[in-house]
Amino acid sequence: MLSHAEASEKFIANQERTDWHDDTLWFVRAKRDKASKLLPEWEALRNQASQIKEHILSNLPQYLLEFEANAQANGVQVHWAKDAHEHNEIVYSIIQKHGDKALVKSKSMLTEECHLNAYLEQKGIDVVDTDLGERIVQFRKEVPSHIVLPAIHLKKEDVGETFHQHLGTPKGNKDPQFLTEAARIHLREKFLGAKVAITGVNFAVAETGEFVVCTNEGNADMGAHLSDVHIACMGIEKIIPKRQDLGVFLRLLARSATGQLITTYSSHFAKPRDGQEMHIVLVDNGRSRQLARDEFRNSLKCIRCAACFNTCPVYRRSGGHSYHQPVAGPIGSILAPNFDKKANVDLPFASTLCGSCSNVCPVKINIHEQLWFWRQDLMKEGLAPAGKVFGMKLMAWLMSSPAVFRMAGGIGRKVMNWFPFLVNNGMNPWYKQREMPSPPKQSFQEWYKSNRS
Amino acid sequence: MRVALFVPCYIDQFYPQVAIASLELLEKLGCEVIVPENQTCCGQPMANSGFAHITGGCDTNFSTNFSGFDYIVGPSGSCVLHLKEHHPDSKIRSSVYEICEFLVDVLKVKSLPSYFPHKVGLHQSCHGQRGLRISSMTELNEKPFSKLTYLLDLVKGCEWKYPERQDECCGFGGTFCVTEEAVSVKMGQDRILEHQANEVEYIVGADTSCLMHMEGILKRSASNVGVKHIVEILNAHA
Repeated sequence: MLSHAEASEKFIANQERTDWHDDTLWFVRAKRDKASKLLPEWEALRNQASQIKEHILSNLPQYLLEFEANAQANGVQVHWAKDAHEHNEIVYSIIQKHGDKALVKSKSMLTEECHLNAYLEQKGIDVVDTDLGERIVQFRKEVPSHIVLPAIHLKKEDVGETFHQHLGTPKGNKDPQFLTEAARIHLREKFLGAKVAITGVNFAVAETGEFVVCTNEGNADMGAHLSDVHIACMGIEKIIPKRQDLGVFLRLLARSATGQLITTYSSHFAKPRDGQEMHIVLVDNGRSRQLARDEFRNSLKCIRCAACFNTCPVYRRSGGHSYHQPVAGPIGSILAPNFDKKANVDLPFASTLCGSCSNVCPVKINIHEQLWFWRQDLMKEGLAPAGKVFGMKLMAWLMSSPAVFRMAGGIGRKVMNWFPFLVNNGMNPWYKQREMPSPPKQSFQEWYKSNRS
Repeated sequence: MRVALFVPCYIDQFYPQVAIASLELLEKLGCEVIVPENQTCCGQPMANSGFAHITGGCDTNFSTNFSGFDYIVGPSGSCVLHLKEHHPDSKIRSSVYEICEFLVDVLKVKSLPSYFPHKVGLHQSCHGQRGLRISSMTELNEKPFSKLTYLLDLVKGCEWKYPERQDECCGFGGTFCVTEEAVSVKMGQDRILEHQANEVEYIVGADTSCLMHMEGILKRSASNVGVKHIVEILNAHA
């Protein structure tokens, strides 16, 4: 697996595509700015959302039990999964009971996190992702590169080629309307044929036992309404106390995600219709572990709007796949080490700590501070390469002693002046695309001594 | 007013003109400036790389040099932010100021005898802007303000411009600039293009590290755009 830095270098090698990716996502960020500035109470809404989430995280067990009881009273079957594997087994057992071999699934980052598609495909189940972007990446055997815009790394030419291969559209046709129509016809067939539908959950209301699914394409509704069995998969942090809290979160979600004033479909599911089965799978998968970490518990406030992706200057120029995780971007970089520290040690370093992510976050997660805390945690655990540990220790020693610092600085500047090739070479990543600063004859302290004392 | 001048290590070694301008400017504004001679580094490069647990020596040396001052002033937003957030001594944390915020908030500068007849592009370094709140931020729904443009407006002859994306990061990011070299350089190149589109003569900011990064890229492309720390402009005269 490539590290974030290695994968980014590959991504950036295609400069034209990188610029296009950057501009496209910046356009979404700009739309978000405009929509958020239409609300004079925007910052107060963010505060309120953050505080509601704070309250939920402090009372999670009670709200989960309240939700379970109310959902069961509505006739919904509630399942608990401690990890991804258990989640996948539960979903499979429900499908198996009905003897189906195919299902439709609307967007759910949780099922991506649990690698449900791969699990079900191994069991011989045909999973059809019905979100257009997800269907495109599914055809290409890729994973989403963005949690709201899964195929944002692709251009219309790429989609035209993919549809030509998988749906038989004419080669070279890249007309978005034509391609969307082709996808619509293809997906309509799948909707009509599937008996089982899986959806994600944006918000689960403890007070009523209902859950809300937000989509712009209506694909969650199409799947759920046509199916005999509806399985909704959710992380345990998706709970909100009351239905009225949606008045805060739905306003923040759409504006933060795409700059829309409201998501096209915010569908409430409360009980199965006659003859239908409805299941909810509540998944922990490391969330309670994260909840117990003081520095990182706030990451569980995330409502998956991806505003931090769109604003992140690193994400925009490195692409979602460079994060090698189902959830990329700044939020992904603080969630990923919770799953596997060693495999994700590069991610908290894939940031300049500019802080823009924390500023756009609708629930005010201190994302850039958590990136800093993860760096400390991972390095303390000894996950740094040996060379880095040596370099850091050397620097700490050098900077602790003024005399050593002065001597090293003086020697360093002389070396740079007399033997520039010692630093201006291929071993120095700074020098690859940048000139080194020109070393002055005197340091400031030397100047001060000769001019002021 | 007695002020201790904090000169970040790389400014001491590579950009003495920034420290000299800071010293002269503060003196011009009536401060008694003390330069502790045994100062080295604030510890930020190690801490941001995940090694805050080995910066004890740096912290102690900083305390030794800067204890007893009510005002510790430095020309670097990111070093100052690091001290404000992470130095173990609360007196140090509450006494340290980035030089522009010190000029505006403490000295309450209303006029400057400065003259700089050039067009400059303003780079808002993230740690000063978002960390120290030297300027408002485009992400937030807040009234626009900037301590940097307030000061630049006091300089006779100086015309300043924001780049199209007013407060996007330049990609320096400490050790990020070498560990994520490709993204870092691309971010810097993109900032520079926007400044060049404004036909500025200099890119100006309050953090020399960002400027050092952009200067490296500018020099590689043999651009005629230069970089200057804002204190060099505030201290410039006819």
